[in-house]
Amino acid sequence: MNVDSRGRMLLTAFVALTLTVLPLPPWLDVLRPAFLVLTVLYWSVNAPRTGGIALGFFAGLMLDVFQGPVLGEHALALCIITYIAVREHQRIRSKPAIQQALIVLVALLVYEVVLFTIDGWTGNPVTSPLRWVHALTGALIWPPAAAILAYGAGRLA
Amino acid sequence: MAAFGTAAGRPLTGRGGSPGFRFTLYALLSVVVMYLDQRQHYLERLRYVLQAAAYPVQLAVNSPTAAWRWLRDSAQTRDALRAENARLRSAQRDLELRSMTYEALARENGELRGLKAALPPAADRWLAAEIVNIQLSSLRQRLLIDRGAANGVFKGQAVLDDKGLIGQTTHVGPWSAEVILITDPEHAVPVRIERTGLRTIAVGAGDTTSLALPYLPGNADIRNGDLLVTSGLGGVFPEGYPVARVSEVHRDAVQPLAQVRATPLAHLSTDGEVMLVWFRADHPAAPAGTDSLGELSRGETAMQPQAAAPKPRPAPQAAPAPSPPSAPEPQPTSTQQTTHATPHHAVPEAPAGDAPAATGEATGRATDEATGRATDEATGSPPERATPPSAAVSGEPRQP
Repeated sequence: MNVDSRGRMLLTAFVALTLTVLPLPPWLDVLRPAFLVLTVLYWSVNAPRTGGIALGFFAGLMLDVFQGPVLGEHALALCIITYIAVREHQRIRSKPAIQQALIVLVALLVYEVVLFTIDGWTGNPVTSPLRWVHALTGALIWPPAAAILAYGAGRLA
Repeated sequence: MAAFGTAAGRPLTGRGGSPGFRFTLYALLSVVVMYLDQRQHYLERLRYVLQAAAYPVQLAVNSPTAAWRWLRDSAQTRDALRAENARLRSAQRDLELRSMTYEALARENGELRGLKAALPPAADRWLAAEIVNIQLSSLRQRLLIDRGAANGVFKGQAVLDDKGLIGQTTHVGPWSAEVILITDPEHAVPVRIERTGLRTIAVGAGDTTSLALPYLPGNADIRNGDLLVTSGLGGVFPEGYPVARVSEVHRDAVQPLAQVRATPLAHLSTDGEVMLVWFRADHPAAPAGTDSLGELSRGETAMQPQAAAPKPRPAPQAAPAPSPPSAPEPQPTSTQQTTHATPHHAVPEAPAGDAPAATGEATGRATDEATGRATDEATGSPPERATPPSAAVSGEPRQP
């Protein structure tokens, strides 16, 4: 929990952001997990004081700049799920990877529900069922992603 | 973790109270930001700055593609280059011949239609831009291009490729701009069926190969293979550029509306480069300076679409000399644009747009009042009114 750890956190967030905006063919784009959201979730669970809601907010703002119809949309969605993750971080951390993946699935669905709602409210409704797919791939990729992040972070916190 | 909960043990980012408090704070902040962005459009400035900050990331993300393209280009053999050169040369000769007859035709057309509303679709200036990043999902179809406000790009600017319409700019940063494709589910473009002149709206369907025309009645005269061109209504897109070809017409006796699909002509998913268009500094239906009326019979060169090297210009408002009206149709108010892409450059409507040979100064005055400009009574003035207003002559920006 020092400057160094925060640096690593920002670095992973940056890498995740890069993966999020990387151009991909359309069919792969639908499957692309929300890397930045997963990273923020990881840090919220494993270093709730360093990361947490502030990280979620600013990561969300970056996502809004890249792909949001309205600023603040992803920021709010990420705030909500990071809050849940920070509150329950001890419980989530003690679970085995499979159960963690299930929790992540729920968190990603909550995230998408918030986005879906705001999309509708702001007049940009996207009703395609494909928008929910990334929650599933995100949950699937969670165990390896968490392992990579843990390795990179050298077991912080 | 050890000093959890004690003020002294908290790291810098942990200040600001319990998770619940911070959550409330940031969630409220998000909602405020959303409100300001959506309802008040206060955050254009912030968006501009954020877009500038995001641009390096997008460039970095694009670098593998760019490097690959560069490698492929530089590894081309001499023979391939020579073949390409020959092909391009013949293509250019072909185009030159065609543009020669085109100018003659445009002139003849202008004479036939009474010098008034007869200008060809006027592309005043084109600027090539490279695509930096692509989002082609069924939810969002956007491009990021490497031209921004520094190149005079403005929000709501038409973007084309060599085959047809691509879309328009939505967010403009200093060095980059986001382009919404015509196939984005949020985008709609006013079109005209070239064969019949019937006007309708083409809405994006969420994949790069189809547009929907949801507002055509079941008995509308439309068939497979019909060409859709921009109608110029709404003021965002210049008139007469090809958009799509009708690929599917479904008429159901039960349904009041026909279900029509069209295939965009532009290579939306394979383009590497697009063209930005300044088709007019002002609205197509806006009154024009008398000085250019004299040019009309000869076919003003500046008004012809030309692929000449673009000159950097400070701002789109400071652009070209005023030009005569080209849209023969009455221009409705800009209700047909997409909701979030109101063009900055659009000026209020000119009521005289529907009368190609409108006469009398009353019309012109009304137009002036409508646009709030200190220009002449161009719309209604005969050609002998050759004394143009000073602003028009000096080519100064005609600010509304």
